[in-house]
Order: sequence, then structure tokens, then C-alpha cells
Amino acid sequence: MAHGPSKNFFNRWLFSTNHKDIGTLYLWFSFAMFLLGGAFAMVIRAELFQPGMQLIKPEFFNQMTTMHGLVMVFGAIMPAFVGLANWMIPMMIGAPDMALPRMNNLSFWILPFAFAILVSTLFMEGGGPNFGWTFYAPLSTTYAPDTVNYFIFGVHIMGASSIMGSINIIATVMNMRAPGMTYMKMPLFVWTWVITAFLLVAVMPVLAGAVTMMLMDINFGTSFFDAAGGGDPVLFQHVFWFFGHPEVYIIILPAFGVVSQIIPTFSRKPLFGYSSMVYATASIAFLSFIVWAHHMFTVGMPIAGELYFMYATMLIAVPTGVKVFNWVTTMYKGALTFETPMLFSIAFVILFTFGGFTGMMLSIAAADTQYHDTYFVVAHFHYVMVAGAVFSGTAAVYYWLPKWCGRMYDETMGKLQFWIAFIAFNITFMPQHFLGLAGMPRRYSDYGLQFADWNMVSSIGAFMYGGAQLLFLYNVIRTIGWGKPISDPKVWEGAEGLEWTVPTPAPFHTFSTPPVVK
Amino acid sequence: MNSSKTHRSVVIKSMFGVVVMFMFAIFVLPPLYDLFCEITGIGGKTAGAYTATEITVDTSREVEVQFVATNNATMPWDFFPVEHKVTVHPGESKEIVFYARNRTGSDMIGQAIPNVLPNSAADYFLKTECFCFNNQPLAAGEEAELAVVFIIDPDLPASVNTVTLSYTIFDITDRVPMQVSQVQ
Repeated sequence: MAHGPSKNFFNRWLFSTNHKDIGTLYLWFSFAMFLLGGAFAMVIRAELFQPGMQLIKPEFFNQMTTMHGLVMVFGAIMPAFVGLANWMIPMMIGAPDMALPRMNNLSFWILPFAFAILVSTLFMEGGGPNFGWTFYAPLSTTYAPDTVNYFIFGVHIMGASSIMGSINIIATVMNMRAPGMTYMKMPLFVWTWVITAFLLVAVMPVLAGAVTMMLMDINFGTSFFDAAGGGDPVLFQHVFWFFGHPEVYIIILPAFGVVSQIIPTFSRKPLFGYSSMVYATASIAFLSFIVWAHHMFTVGMPIAGELYFMYATMLIAVPTGVKVFNWVTTMYKGALTFETPMLFSIAFVILFTFGGFTGMMLSIAAADTQYHDTYFVVAHFHYVMVAGAVFSGTAAVYYWLPKWCGRMYDETMGKLQFWIAFIAFNITFMPQHFLGLAGMPRRYSDYGLQFADWNMVSSIGAFMYGGAQLLFLYNVIRTIGWGKPISDPKVWEGAEGLEWTVPTPAPFHTFSTPPVVK
Repeated sequence: MNSSKTHRSVVIKSMFGVVVMFMFAIFVLPPLYDLFCEITGIGGKTAGAYTATEITVDTSREVEVQFVATNNATMPWDFFPVEHKVTVHPGESKEIVFYARNRTGSDMIGQAIPNVLPNSAADYFLKTECFCFNNQPLAAGEEAELAVVFIIDPDLPASVNTVTLSYTIFDITDRVPMQVSQVQ
């Protein structure tokens, strides 16, 4: 018969093979990493509050920018969506659990070690990685601190974790759908995650290859990226971005999925253009493999290459536009209500589209020569990463938290958090567009006096945004501990899907007998 | 039972994909990149030694060839071209000299890496002799004149009137320790 989780705390969490418990572990881990990466960002913005060196040394500043990027991308955003996948995919497709529960446990529990290794370098002689999250050779090989080997090992472990998580999701979705749950009936969150999982399986090994080649260059005398031995540093950039560009879609596609679940619920209409959403997602995934060199317009490519990568990049706007218009059309003439998850989702659509447009500006090869490596780029990718992935992750937590724990969050506090986050986000990153267009380069600990005003504005916004996350943490803890109990399986009036047919709070085991989908 | 078999098949196929992509990154991408650069002439990489054949000198045309020398960050040698530019006719064989001196108190080995600009000229810059074909051991304080003999291919595109040959010299002493003894 159905039995609950182990009473022993260590047995339950260390040895768990339950998709819900592992999902919870992923989500808490990613939130801890989010706060850590956020703390690094606070250090960066505090130093940039005024021109001149105030608080930290330039060497440490470089470590902060690098670690902020690595922790946020690999520690916060990616595990957050894996956590959501663990919680929701089995419930959405009517499966009792993930296909490979023990591998699920392994893929989570190697992550804390990866990040312990990575973060520990900050306390070592020579300091942590200081070469930017893109770790271009030879900065990350010839001129790297000795701790770079810890960084490489950490990246290997994170890659292994992501690959295992992805294989698990692929196996679950391919083999464990409930009877009648055809591919074209799957909720869009499941679809976006399957496509993401394929991207991960394809490109995480390329990242592993890139860091392995670095490891060989540093320790074993090869010359993949060293011109003195016949190698080429530009090769590193090609290999890195062959991984790196699909990586940005790995981050954003599950966010698309989340928003595609939430907007129909609060519009009380089915998602507009379901099948076009699926094909658009697949097209974006395919295009992500053939546009990587738009990150490197300034390395000295021939004009034909620049033109090709420019047009191919612009092509991505087509399927992305399909998605944005579908979300807007879903809302059109809907019976809209604006609960916290919906607010975050609408903000996602607006701000992500804004970030997409700045991406269009950056894709123009001739103009990119001016924008390259300025704060304009920083502003662009924070609009798509923070207002994209982080807003959608926050929306997902507010949307499904009542289902998970059977308690309602405080709506007023949620809305307060949203408005602080929304306003603070724009105060932080909107001015960075101006700074970038005016020529302020990224990754420097100091800047010219002409950039002082907007930097101060940006820093004030960043501190506010950081504060809003503490409110989020408080609201989540308060909900789990003391929120108003609810028992309606359908937490939201307009929600559709299998996950809303199980009792609230979701029992430890769901769908032990598969439901039949008509 | 049946489901664990289908799971296993997904895992095996995926892991196969992972291994293939890893191998692709390490063993295929770098040679592919070199090949791509070689075919397209991107990166200004010049070919190896050229064996002189009978070429008619095109006296109707003059090409200015400029020389640039750069030291890689940690390389303490004096390194510069004796002449900064020469004017040649396509097809004419020309010898020019770079000067190098090891200013340090220890024996070192340098390696020069050539590059030709514009990229479209790289395939037409033929070197019959070049110090860059070998590494350059210099004892402490030793100086040397390093020769390059080159021919500009008469097929050089008509739009190119100036070619820049640049060398970056790298310190590779640690990589080939055995050869330091040969300096003495």
C-alpha cells in the first residue's frame, strides 16, 4: 500500500528516490545558489556604486563577476528548472515517478559537491576563477590562477549532473506517459523540457570537451589553444560558443514552458496555437546550433561568415515571435485575473521581448562592433536571463507551491514582491543600456566619471532587487509553515491538466495507477 | 520489467550521444577548424616551406611587403625586423632579416608564429626559407639574425597592393628543455 516518506531525516533526503523530494532538494539548492550568486552581484554593484576603487581589489572584483555568472547559470537557473521538471513532469504526464529514480538521486547529490569545489577556490591562495564566466583561453589557461583545475573539475561534475538529469527526463517522457497522453497532448512545459533535455545531451559534452582541452593545455603540455604550439585561442571561442549558444536556450526554453502553463490558467482560455508553440520551440532549438559565432563578431571573421551568422541569428526572431504572439493572443479577450504568478508571467512576456529586441540590435554585425563587451550586452542578457528565466521560475514557484504544500501563499506579499522586483529590475538594468551605448566596457572594477550617475542608479536598483528576493524567501517559508491550508485539487480556477487532478497537497506518491487521458 | 528495458535503451542511446559529442569536441572540432582555416585562408596562417619552381617575375607590378614583430606577453627578447618594408615584384625571390637577442641571463628557446594580412593574401605568400619553421635556441645574451626568403605568388589578387607579414615570438623554453643543451 501507499507509504509515506522515511521518518528519518537523513534517510528521507540523502537517499531519496522520490521525484517530489528530489524536486524539492533541487529547488532549495538552486535558491541557496541564487542567494549566493546574488550576494556576489551585490558586491559587484557596491563596488560600482561610485567611480574609483572603494571596497574591494580589482583582482577580487574579477573573481566576483566570474563566480556570479557561473553560480547563477549553473547553480541557480539550471537546477531550478530541473527541480520543477522533477516535481511536475511525472504529475503532468500521469507517471508515478521519474524513469530512473536512483540516477535522479545521484544527479542531484553531486551538485552540492561541484559547487563546494567551485566556491572553495575563493578561499584558496591565488583566488577563485577570475577569467569571466566564458573563460576564454588563454586567460583561463596560460594566465589563470592555479585554482583553475578546481574550476574545471567543478564544471565536469555539473555537466555530469545535467546530463543525467536530462537522460532521466527523456526516458520519463518517452516511456512513462499515461495511456492516451500522446506527444501532441503533452503540456507545453513537458515539451519544452524534452527539447531542452536533448539540447543538454548534445552540448554539455562539448563544454566538458572544452574544459578538458583546457586541462590538457594547462597540465599536460598540449597546445589546443596556445599559438606557440600551433594551436589557436579563437578555437576556444568556437568550441565554447558551440556549447554556449544552445546553453542560453537551455535556460530559457523551460521558462517558456512555465509561462505557457500559467498564462492560459489566468486567462481562462486554452493556450493559443499549441502546435505552433511546439514547432517554434523545436525550431529555436535547431537554430541555436547554427548561430554560435554571433558572440564573436569581433574576432576577425571574414565578411561572409559575419553575414551568415547575422542573418541566421535574426532568423531566431521568427519562432520566438510566434511564441510571444501566441502568449499575447492567449490573453486576448480572456477573463484575466492578476495573481502573483500571472503578474510575473506578463512581466516575463514584456521584458523578455524587450531583451529579444536588444538581441536583434546585437545581431547586426556592423553595429555589434560598437556594442561588443559593453554594458549593453550585460543589460541585454540580464533582460532575458533575469526577467526571463528568474521571473518565470518565481512565477512557477508561486503557481505550484499551493499544490506542493497544500497551503496558500500570502497574495499581498507576493504582489508586493512582484512590484518591487519589477521596478527594481528595470532600475538596475535599463540604465546599463545607456552605459553600454555610451561605451562603458563590462568586467571592469572602475569606470570613467561620465558613467557615474547611471551606475549609482543601477546599484540602487540592484540592492532593491536583492531585497525583493529575501521577501520571496520569507513568503515561501511562511507559506510552507503557516500558510492558509487549502484542499481543492484545482488550486486555480482556470487550471487545466493532470497535475490538478491529484489531491492537494500532492501526496508522496501520485498516479500509482496511470490515469486515462481522453 | 519491460519498462526497465526501454529505459535502458534510452540511457544507452543518450550516453552514446554524449560520448560522441565529447569526442567530437576534442578530436573533430580542432582539426576541422584548422582545415577550415587552411581552405578559406582565414586567420592568415601561411603554409609550410615552399619549394621554388620556375616562376616568371611579373615586373609590371609592385607589391609592398611590411614586416611586424611582436613579443608574446612573457617573452623578454629583443625582436624586430631589420627592414620594416620592402617593395618586390610578384615572382621575385627576396631575403629579409629579423634581429633577435636574448636579453636574459639564461638560455632560452623561442618560437615565431607567422601571420599574413590581408587574409586573402595568405595563400600567395610563399616562404622558401623561414626561421619560423624551426624553434630558435639562443644562449644567454646571444643575438642572431633570422632570415626569411619569400616569393609573392604572381597570382596574388589584383586588389592587394600591400601585404603585412607579422611574427609573434613565444617563449617555449619550458616545453622543450632538452634542446637548451644544444645551445652551448
